[in-house]
Amino acid sequence: MPLKLERQENVSTLRLAAAPVVALLVTLVVGAIMFIALGQDPVRAFTIYFIEPLGDPWTLQELVVKACPLLLIGIGLAFCYRANRWNIGAEGQYVAGAVLGSWLALATHGTDAGPWVMPAMLVLGAVGGALWGLIPAFLRVRFGSSEILTSLMLVYVAQLGLDYLVRGPWRDPAGFNFPQSVTFDDVALMPLLFEEGRLHGGIIVALVAAAAATFVLGRTLVGFSIEIGGSAPRAAAFAGFDERRVTYGVFAVSGALAGLAGIIEVAGPIGQMQPTISPGYGFTAIIAAMLGRLHPVGILVASLVLALTYIGGEAAQISMRMPFDVTRVFQGTLLIAILAADVLVRYRIRRVEGTSHA
Amino acid sequence: MRKILSMAVAAATGFALMGGLPEAKAAEKLKAAWVYIGPVGDFGWTYQHDQGRKAVEKELGDKVETTYVENVPEGPDAERVIEQLARAGNKIIFTTSFGYMEPTLKVAKRHPKVFFEHATGYKRDKNMATYNAKFHEGRYVLGQIAAKMSKTGTVGYIASFPIPEVISGINSLMLGAQSINPDMKIKIVWVNSWFDPAKEADAAKALIDQGADVISQHTDSPAAMQAAEAGGAKAFGQASDMISFGPKAQLTSIVDNWAPYYIKRVKQALDGTWTSTDTWAGMKDGEVVMAPYTNMPDDVKKLAEETQAAITAGTLNPFKGPIYNQKGEMVVKEGEALPDKDILSMNWYVKGIDDKVPGQ
Repeated sequence: MPLKLERQENVSTLRLAAAPVVALLVTLVVGAIMFIALGQDPVRAFTIYFIEPLGDPWTLQELVVKACPLLLIGIGLAFCYRANRWNIGAEGQYVAGAVLGSWLALATHGTDAGPWVMPAMLVLGAVGGALWGLIPAFLRVRFGSSEILTSLMLVYVAQLGLDYLVRGPWRDPAGFNFPQSVTFDDVALMPLLFEEGRLHGGIIVALVAAAAATFVLGRTLVGFSIEIGGSAPRAAAFAGFDERRVTYGVFAVSGALAGLAGIIEVAGPIGQMQPTISPGYGFTAIIAAMLGRLHPVGILVASLVLALTYIGGEAAQISMRMPFDVTRVFQGTLLIAILAADVLVRYRIRRVEGTSHA
Repeated sequence: MRKILSMAVAAATGFALMGGLPEAKAAEKLKAAWVYIGPVGDFGWTYQHDQGRKAVEKELGDKVETTYVENVPEGPDAERVIEQLARAGNKIIFTTSFGYMEPTLKVAKRHPKVFFEHATGYKRDKNMATYNAKFHEGRYVLGQIAAKMSKTGTVGYIASFPIPEVISGINSLMLGAQSINPDMKIKIVWVNSWFDPAKEADAAKALIDQGADVISQHTDSPAAMQAAEAGGAKAFGQASDMISFGPKAQLTSIVDNWAPYYIKRVKQALDGTWTSTDTWAGMKDGEVVMAPYTNMPDDVKKLAEETQAAITAGTLNPFKGPIYNQKGEMVVKEGEALPDKDILSMNWYVKGIDDKVPGQ
């Protein structure tokens, strides 16, 4: 029996508002069954997951620290995805930005370089990410190759390049040959916002980026050309928008923001160069962008929700001895429920008449 | 979407608040915590650390309450997890991967009353100790067995990352092999991961195809053992006894036995005698244990047992001179042994290894 998803025109606000509530109830029911089957108290599990991280100033800061790279990368991806350019390689652009920015931190290490170092590192980070992002854009424009594949493959190139650097030229000479750089000097570290905790200046950069992106995407001709190029390429061509310029533009923005996220993370919470600098932020940010409906403010909320599920999952492991995989299954259930509810509210499943098999 | 999601969070908050508050504090016990790089079910590195944790629980019973967090990536997340454990009231925290060194140090500075123990690192503080085991002692025995058992004269080696611990393991195995057969060859595959069963299995198959008939690994899963079993080769297990994964393939395995160290340190934390130390224990201390010698003739078994006994007694040092590097230069003179600090920072191969240390 063939089924078809059909877009519904007039969806009531009530149904739109009810969707996430239903999604949450489904998650809670599925979660409760899972926790009871494991012999855990579901109410306590939910408290640890969703409430406790929000009640402590330290975990609240951690929530924002974890959300910061997801937000920056997610906003960049929104530019690409709105234009129907599928940049899957934000993780590589993140690494490339971190590498170029860190170069300055290491080049000025031990010198009396002034406070100009940090801003310059941010600029280099953005440039590094943008250059890495422009490679798949160039390949698509020039040779018509799929940016999905090329951007993804470049992730591995960037990671192995980083690996080479920290094991070779950038290795800390006093570090017993272990693969990591020296710890950055103070001028090359992201300033902290409070005495206690790890909240750093990067979040301000991310919020400025979110505000700027909201304006550009929603209120300017550039934003309109991205949108129209994605949804109606032929109309965009007739309107005189250059498809190649859009491709280069969105990949440059997306790469720059991912690179910025990379250098902020390295100069912030990490504080040195090492082989692993990301627990897959570039890929998780794809979820954040999609959950946030490609809108900067939505992505901000989605990043915080994702961060909460990570931190809640760790708390559940610590306080309830819940296995890692269970915490991830629970996280996955929540995400799928939210996406499914969203689709089912906006679309209607219909049986397709007739028995033709396509 | 913004509104929808914030409502979702609000709804979740409401639901859980109705349910009740966290339960009251349990009776005063010493809380000890472990941070793991892999899953506790990896049957290798993390599995053995968790066996050590269980041994602590068994030995000290009601006096301790242990907890662990598995699959913690090295990087920005590690510091948060360690901090969270310190804030949850744990009095001693074991962080069991090299990449946790800086995060552990940072958290240790903020929690001067909590004891931190970092495995395989070199940075210490008043409340941060380090510990590791001399796995290279076991690898010397493996080298001798490999030289006796290999028909092709080639041992395959699945290596993780080119850090000193791995390099010294390769060298020790090769020195052991050369003590039996000076022309022994070694083939090395770097998988750039501690735990990636698919890559480890592929590496084992590739090595067997290239003529290696004994496989050694410095990665954490039993996948290579299974591949050797399927490919008709012999293999050495890693970290735990992997005989159930290779009943016909496993010759022996270097078993990491962390239990004595963990029990000792948690006891010291309990009675207030804990101090920051640097521990590098080996066969003598029961930290490096050889799994039963299987699938080999009696004379090879006897040789292995004798070597093991000699290393345990301290009469045999795998890094005793003369040792030559790949260029043929003498690095350790006859009658001398390589100092510990040189083993701990090793980044060169001994003569006879036809490969290049990555990144050198």
